[in-house]
Amino acid sequence: MVWTGLTALLSHWRRRPVQLAMLLLGLSLATALWSGVQAINTEARASYDRAAVILGQDQLAQLMREDGAPMNQQVFVTLRRAGWLVSPVIDGEMRFGDVRLRVLGIDPLTVPPQAQQVDVAAGGGLLPFITTPGVFYADPETAARLAGQATPPVRVAEGLPPGTVITDIGQAQALLGAKDEISRLLLWPDQPMDRASLRVAAPGLILREPSETGDLARLTDSFHLNLTAFGFLAFAVGLFIVHSAIGLAFEQRRPVFRTLRALGLPARVLILLLITELLVFALVAGLVGVALGYLVASALLPDVAATLRGLYGADVPGTLSIRPAWWAAGLAIAVIGTLVAAAQGLWRVWRLPLLAPAQPRAWARASERALRAQGVAAMVLLLAGAGIAQLGSGLVAGFVLLASLLLGAALALPLVLTGILVLGRRLARGPLAEWFWADTRQQLPGLSLALMALLLALAANVGVGTMVSSFRLSFTGWLDQRLASELYVTARTEAEATAMHDWLAPRSDAVLPVWNIEGQVAGHVAAIYGVADHATYRDNWPLLSALPQVWDRIATGEGALINEQLSRRQGLGLGDQITLPGGWRASIVGVYSDYGNPMGQVIIGIDTLAARYPKVSRLRYAIRVAPDKSAALAAGLRAEFGLPAQNVIDQAGIKAFALKVFERTFSVTAALSVLTLGVAGLAMFASLMTLSGMRRPQLAPVWAMGLTRRHLAWLELWRGLLLAALTMLAALPVGIGLAFVLLAVVNVEAFGWRLPMHLFPGDWVRLGVLALLAAGLAVAVPAWRLARFSPSDLLKVFANER
Amino acid sequence: MLLRLHQIDKSYPSVEGPLQVLHGIDLSLEAGKSLALTGESGSGKSTLLHLVAGLDSPDAGEIHLGGKNIVGLNDTALAALRRGTVGLVFQQFNLIPSLDVAANLAFQARLAGHPDPAWLKVLAARLGLAEVLTRYPEQLSAGQQQRVAVGRTLAARPRLVLADEPTGNLDEATGDAVLDLMLSLVAETGAALLMVTHSNRLANRLDARVHLRAGRLA
Repeated sequence: MVWTGLTALLSHWRRRPVQLAMLLLGLSLATALWSGVQAINTEARASYDRAAVILGQDQLAQLMREDGAPMNQQVFVTLRRAGWLVSPVIDGEMRFGDVRLRVLGIDPLTVPPQAQQVDVAAGGGLLPFITTPGVFYADPETAARLAGQATPPVRVAEGLPPGTVITDIGQAQALLGAKDEISRLLLWPDQPMDRASLRVAAPGLILREPSETGDLARLTDSFHLNLTAFGFLAFAVGLFIVHSAIGLAFEQRRPVFRTLRALGLPARVLILLLITELLVFALVAGLVGVALGYLVASALLPDVAATLRGLYGADVPGTLSIRPAWWAAGLAIAVIGTLVAAAQGLWRVWRLPLLAPAQPRAWARASERALRAQGVAAMVLLLAGAGIAQLGSGLVAGFVLLASLLLGAALALPLVLTGILVLGRRLARGPLAEWFWADTRQQLPGLSLALMALLLALAANVGVGTMVSSFRLSFTGWLDQRLASELYVTARTEAEATAMHDWLAPRSDAVLPVWNIEGQVAGHVAAIYGVADHATYRDNWPLLSALPQVWDRIATGEGALINEQLSRRQGLGLGDQITLPGGWRASIVGVYSDYGNPMGQVIIGIDTLAARYPKVSRLRYAIRVAPDKSAALAAGLRAEFGLPAQNVIDQAGIKAFALKVFERTFSVTAALSVLTLGVAGLAMFASLMTLSGMRRPQLAPVWAMGLTRRHLAWLELWRGLLLAALTMLAALPVGIGLAFVLLAVVNVEAFGWRLPMHLFPGDWVRLGVLALLAAGLAVAVPAWRLARFSPSDLLKVFANER
Repeated sequence: MLLRLHQIDKSYPSVEGPLQVLHGIDLSLEAGKSLALTGESGSGKSTLLHLVAGLDSPDAGEIHLGGKNIVGLNDTALAALRRGTVGLVFQQFNLIPSLDVAANLAFQARLAGHPDPAWLKVLAARLGLAEVLTRYPEQLSAGQQQRVAVGRTLAARPRLVLADEPTGNLDEATGDAVLDLMLSLVAETGAALLMVTHSNRLANRLDARVHLRAGRLA
């Protein structure tokens, strides 16, 4: 019985291979985009986890200065003498050629077992590790990148985060130019009971408890949430195809279901057979989808890695690992997605009355109730969205708002289109025009899922496009203000910096120091810059808000400027006091925009910086010179001091680099938007292909009454284009709403800055053309098939002995 | 002579090779007359009707309609013929589900470019459809649907009405009522009627009848 029933059910797909292909394709694409994004997130998070557990940070408490600044290693000696079981660590960054490295120096003799990530005694004992030139331990990818660079011998150690090396503390201090300095102290888990109190032994140090999640994971959470949201959107759009294909297949097989039931197949068995069929499809499509997702992730990961490095300083490998858990999750999402998409169909089969007429129900009539319910749901969602916009806050509220907006708009679309089509019918003149509008309305229920998917994809494109373009416009304007100097130079030593300053002074309009330190501000690492009292800053700095005479206050050391990120994160505003590294306090006199920087930043007068932090590195300068003389000055500078090319950068070079980082930052979301549009195009194609098989009974009478097949095919094409155009128009306000939420809510929470929104009608026209092209392509094949219908095909509609 | 068929052959491809469904059919019908075409299932009745309607083309032979051979006309010319000269009534009604009764009734006449509101009103009244003009096909009974189909055809005042088992989907009483209406309205418009039917009883009500057996006129 089971096998006979299954054979009858599966025969449907044998007769309709295109429909089966569309179902599998939709499911594969949905799974691919979702699992591709998840692969990227998993890879990045695994990398953060490796960073988080480095040197046992997840298990060991640490001692550090309250302001995060380095301390003298004498503290280590003092604490050991006071009975504390501690081990010193130095943590710094340096470049070897074009490779930027995080250098971690450890003391192999005192390091706790939990922090022993590498076996430093292996391969020749401890001596090579602690004596010059020392040894670098790095993961395979970093070790490969370091090949050929002037580093100590590199040994491969699995499990280290990318871009990080572990070496002896003495070697690290020498390399980092931080003699006798340490960054923090690792605490052994078991400490002697009789040790001296920390307050007595090392006043000024604080105890930091072990943390299972690193700073990077916290910092990048919002970025990954963004990616996940887009992955989910793409998945949802893909599921529209699946829902549409399954729904139509169930509808077409309704007489078969009734016959099987009438012949004695229990409803429970029928449902089980259908679920089995769906599970087989889900597993096949899931496998293909996960494989495709791997390709998508491999293609996108380098850009994501560059973004994470540029935005957050997070090192993520540019290549993917194959993770069994990820494969399993991909298959699971394919199965869950299929069952969700099929739930409505399965429910209808379960409730199918056995004696109802065995003919497909008329779409239009059955859809009226659904349309009303859909309208109510849309209204509820949009109202809920408006409520969240008024009352909610935070990133999660932002995404809930986005979801309500998108889903509400998608659900409202068939209602809006019905209204327009009814109006079109009323305004139409001539029988053909009237039939065209009425027939289009009748097609709507069968196409509405695909059109909803198209609306989501178009709205996402408009929204993301508006956000990125608004960002680009603000960012380039901001770069022009922020990078006002013509040249930026970096000396290799303090002595060279002094000589360079003296050489430049008579040859330029101004030589402005670009000096900074890093330290803890309001509990987070922030950069503190010093600025000279110069028109370059007074005239150009991108201030968002400021007290009167702000630059005079900075110059006299009265106040500090903070960036927007710090202001929003800590709720700091004009007139508030802020504690800076070293424990001194300054009053906030201005807030400035600082796009692309995840860290807090503070600006004080250069004299104050030099006085408060005498050990500040004084190697970088910005040079003001007439633009037409800057190239010659740069060449002269390189020649005079033998500076490498990368140490003298002109304004255009920095801008180009910054814009490159910017473009890469959004290349992933842009790629996902385009892929989502592609999936929506496919959804439309799938629906039209399936519907085209059901169109013959509707079109044959019109053909019989005197319309050519060619004419009907053209009308089909126009119908597809009309619906796509109307959907594009409906997507515009939704997309603009999406952009507003992204700019005003999500970005503020995710990155810490808010951008003004600009509208780009030219982009909309381009997108509209693209949507029409996609719709044209989607409808071209069904229309072509219609034009090629043989008269005998159409005559079958009228045949009495069918 | 309004319609004249001369030596019509027609075959369809099949797994076993071409399947000959019509062999050398000769037939004629005068304006204002009615002719019943009877035969067993598969004898080629509907095929012959479709050829006359310009919905399909014969392998050989000539079909003269209003003195003009329609065999070999292109798609556009055949479409014009179907719009203006012939009218079709099908067993399955084949109404346009997206249009209401009023729009369905007027559809072909408007398509042909000569809608006549007064005539439409008369038709609606005679066919008993005046009360259901705003309903959609799926909201009508089978008998009502077939009356709409008859009305749609006659609204365009075709010179030749082709009906393919027009009462085949209706019970006897309803079928008789629809046929009565169709015959009287066809007579009023002066059109000729070629009707395919299984039923000898119905065939006997027409001016003449021919019988098809295995693709040949018996």
